[in-house]
Amino acid sequence: MQDQPTALERFINGILPENPVYRQLLGMCPTLAVTNGMEPAMTMAGATAFVLISANIIVSLIRGLLKPHLRILVFTLTIATFVTITDRFLAAYMYEMSKQLGPYVPLIIVNCLIISRAEICASKQSLGVAVADGVGMSLGFALALASIATVREILGSGTWFSLPVLGSGWPGWGIMVLPPGAFLTLGLLLGGAEWFGARRARRALTVGK
Amino acid sequence: MVMADQAQKTSYIGQAWLVILLALCFGTALAFVHTTLGPRIAENKRNETYSVIPVLVPGADRDMIEELIVQGRGGRDVRVYKAFSADSIHQGWVIPAEGQGFADRIELLIGQDAGLSTITGMYVLAQKETPGLGDDIRGEEFRDLFRGKPADRPLVLVKTVPRQENEIRALTGATISSESVTDIINSAIENLRDVLRAHSGRGPTPQR
Repeated sequence: MQDQPTALERFINGILPENPVYRQLLGMCPTLAVTNGMEPAMTMAGATAFVLISANIIVSLIRGLLKPHLRILVFTLTIATFVTITDRFLAAYMYEMSKQLGPYVPLIIVNCLIISRAEICASKQSLGVAVADGVGMSLGFALALASIATVREILGSGTWFSLPVLGSGWPGWGIMVLPPGAFLTLGLLLGGAEWFGARRARRALTVGK
Repeated sequence: MVMADQAQKTSYIGQAWLVILLALCFGTALAFVHTTLGPRIAENKRNETYSVIPVLVPGADRDMIEELIVQGRGGRDVRVYKAFSADSIHQGWVIPAEGQGFADRIELLIGQDAGLSTITGMYVLAQKETPGLGDDIRGEEFRDLFRGKPADRPLVLVKTVPRQENEIRALTGATISSESVTDIINSAIENLRDVLRAHSGRGPTPQR
């Protein structure tokens, strides 16, 4: 257990070094589907954060009781419960957004980010570390969704959080709010993140020599 | 033999007790959430229903809608909406209906004219069909297929260009969702036809 990352390391890793979207390529379904605007993207990020942190808390609390061959069943049961609570909450208090997100909220159940954190961290480490991991990964996921949604909404609609930023003269690149826009933006940002990471690694090697 | 079975049962409980306990706890939590938030969600749907009734029944006034609880053929109570124009003329009916879709339950609102002979509109209140395929049932293009169709005989789903008045063309790649919608509409109309006919002559007493 000594080589397990600390709470601070888990927290920091989740934001950039092990960013769920840009480094691990997890949660691609919501990343592509709900990033045509900042409002749905941030609602999805909030919903995922609630489920991820809550599931991490429960799994960490019961980690000593988990049977290895039943752990995936317990993870799924836990995640499905919190997703259902989130779905009902959105339908009650954010009805229009709930309709806009449609099946993507229930689909959080199959977001590999959540079950992977239960498997990698929460089922092995203490409550504090599991919470730090959940918060860090949630921030990393929100950051990734926000970056993609910012590009798509500004270029596609000329707005950000529905507020005009490019003026009424902007024609609006319709393709950016459609599925091809999601793939193009994700591909370019992923490429950018890889290039930036490789450049930093090269610099570190040069300094090391 | 009996002892061996008993030992196996004991072992199953020993293995699964945590799953059973968690299922009970989570089930209780979800029941609480449903009880707490259910009325608010129902109110949201009701508000949405009122906002689309003028679209589903041409000529209807949002402030001239009468809610009725009627009994369908199966004996179940159903809330229906009787829509009037601003000058109190009966324009038509909106009936909520639901049934199983491809992924989950589909909830619909069906508009009919006052004589119950024509479908005047269809609206998808809730669905969780496959994104990009089945969820196209929400689109105006699909919903418009139902406008003007006869309500006095069942709709039939076809995969080619419709030749009969009561035929509906299925969405490409979403035949099951299209079929579900058609079946839900057919059952709801059949279920309430007689009882709505009995209420047709009565005057408006808007409740909202």
